[in-house]
Amino acid sequence: MKSTLVVGALLTVMTATGAFAQAIKLANVAELSGGGATVGTNWKNGIDLAIEEINAKGGVLGRKLEVSHADSQSNPGVARAQVQKALDAEPYVLLGPGYSGSVKVTAPLAAEAGIAQIMGGEAAELTQTGNKFLFRTSFGQQSSMPKVAKYIHDEMKAKTVAVVWVNNDFGRGGRDVVVKELDRLGSKVVADLSTEAGQADFAADVGKIKAANPDAVFVYLNEEESARILKELKRQGVTAPLMGETTLIGQKVIELAGDAANGARGHVGLTTDAPVDLVKAFREKFSKKYNYVPDHNGLKGYLAVYMVKATTEKMGKVDPKKFADTLHGLTIKAADEPGILMDVTFSDTGDIDRQSFLVEVVEGKQVVKQVLPKVK
Amino acid sequence: MSNLFDLLVAGFATGAIYALVAVGFTLLWQTSQTINFAQGEFVMLPAFLMLATMHVGAPFWLAIILGILLSIILLGLAFKMLLVDPMMRHGVLPLAIATMALAIGIKESVKQFYSAEASPFPSIVPTGDVSILGHAVSLQSIGVLAVAILAVLGLTTLLSRTSLGHQMQAAAQNPTVARIIGVPVERMILLTFLINAFLVALASLLITPIYLAKFSSGEVLGQAAFIAAIVGGFNQVRGAIAGGLLIGVLDNLAAAYVSTQYRAAVPMLFLIAVILFRPQGLLGRAEERTV
Repeated sequence: MKSTLVVGALLTVMTATGAFAQAIKLANVAELSGGGATVGTNWKNGIDLAIEEINAKGGVLGRKLEVSHADSQSNPGVARAQVQKALDAEPYVLLGPGYSGSVKVTAPLAAEAGIAQIMGGEAAELTQTGNKFLFRTSFGQQSSMPKVAKYIHDEMKAKTVAVVWVNNDFGRGGRDVVVKELDRLGSKVVADLSTEAGQADFAADVGKIKAANPDAVFVYLNEEESARILKELKRQGVTAPLMGETTLIGQKVIELAGDAANGARGHVGLTTDAPVDLVKAFREKFSKKYNYVPDHNGLKGYLAVYMVKATTEKMGKVDPKKFADTLHGLTIKAADEPGILMDVTFSDTGDIDRQSFLVEVVEGKQVVKQVLPKVK
Repeated sequence: MSNLFDLLVAGFATGAIYALVAVGFTLLWQTSQTINFAQGEFVMLPAFLMLATMHVGAPFWLAIILGILLSIILLGLAFKMLLVDPMMRHGVLPLAIATMALAIGIKESVKQFYSAEASPFPSIVPTGDVSILGHAVSLQSIGVLAVAILAVLGLTTLLSRTSLGHQMQAAAQNPTVARIIGVPVERMILLTFLINAFLVALASLLITPIYLAKFSSGEVLGQAAFIAAIVGGFNQVRGAIAGGLLIGVLDNLAAAYVSTQYRAAVPMLFLIAVILFRPQGLLGRAEERTV
């Protein structure tokens, strides 16, 4: 009798805390230490901020969100082990990693488990392997490069272009798409220069650009190398306008290159400087909570959680098996779900279509010069 | 053609920095048979010492002076007393390996205590161009060349024209006889370590504005300077200078006319050719050592 009472009491307690027991579990694996620590920390903080907001408003379909964070140490091998561990706990959705290399090795695991993975990687190939469970939070190169090529051709009116790229998966992927697009539009690539990751001396490369005398230069290198080439371009007095991606006009590049970065332009998928009220509000909330201004990775993490919310509400139930199917082809409007910040459409491959921005560095500050509309 | 001129100027500017570092290699080898595999890291560290002093609030000029002084103490005095002296008695090879360990130690410490990310570094030369023979040449390249040439001239004058230099030469060429005729050999050896520390600090000051301050930036430099020293002649200061300039120019020309991917291979191929056909280096003397 006594034991029945105890069991009964326990059951009552468990039912009373039902909301906790039924929380929707998300798993995040990100670069919390190592070379990508800035990326991973921003991503994680974005996730935490979104979850806090959603839970404060009653959660998703009346259930709270819960997330576990694991550190990939910016190492694909560790990322793989951590993702396996996270998947063993059967999360609703997997978030991260941020590095394309880590995404590449973990995506098959999530796909095998049939769990949707919302990640931060931007390499073109990630969504081209037929993986039905992988989703981006930002543009892949196949979405951003055509916009870049169009801008170089239409706005910069460049008939001849020099393309400088870094010889790795990231650089080669971007170079291939942009050269193809420039060719299609009728801008001639007069110098096609591959450089090495970690390269310190760009005197010879800039010498070649100078000799080719192009109307515009497209620079597609990692941040540090971007800073070095910007300095060298200034040193050798190259005056052709410079166009790039986030990696050419990022805050770190501006800090490293100093006034050599002034005038450089870049296409940016996500920026906290975007002239969008919801993005400004996000930036304010984030800065207030964490005492620093987030980069685009903070936005990505935040958006990932709101993608989970919008998709789940669209389904009307928490169903991990149907999640990926529902998100494919889905358009989420900021008017319906303010947390998504800007209208976005997901393709069948998990790529996204969204408006983006043309940013120019003016006196050491990123200034949004133009809003480039959604493609469709 | 204008392209070639630009490449030569850039190549000489980089080469002059390689030369400074390569001269240090030969100095240490000549006086104490030390092959310093941490020479690249020796170039990377002073920039961080200067940045650290600037963080504390020192203006740039003061940071340069303090950075050079700290380098002389750490990379000259402490390096000699704490690593070279105790290891020397075990022979050249253990010492060489110890300097490799030191290289890893310096690199990892900077990464740990400063940052793994690159930092900007101010330039002592203002940006801008001057026109030479109708070509726009950047002030930075000229500044780098000028400082490096002055340093090398100063050093060669010291070695060949002053009594101190003669004593250093004597200590290097035949320490036993030098000791007999009253040359303070130990002090002369220490002096070469201090001079090496000064040269690497100078190289650091010149190259870091271009390469950025990063824990790993010594790897490329150390390798280039090592090749330069061997190509020019490990036992000749003028050989190291010629080797440095040659490698700098060759590297730039290779990047422009061969390909960026193979730029690093060209100096290596050149190195192999030198070792095969002129092992003492272009300007070096064939040395006979007893075994």
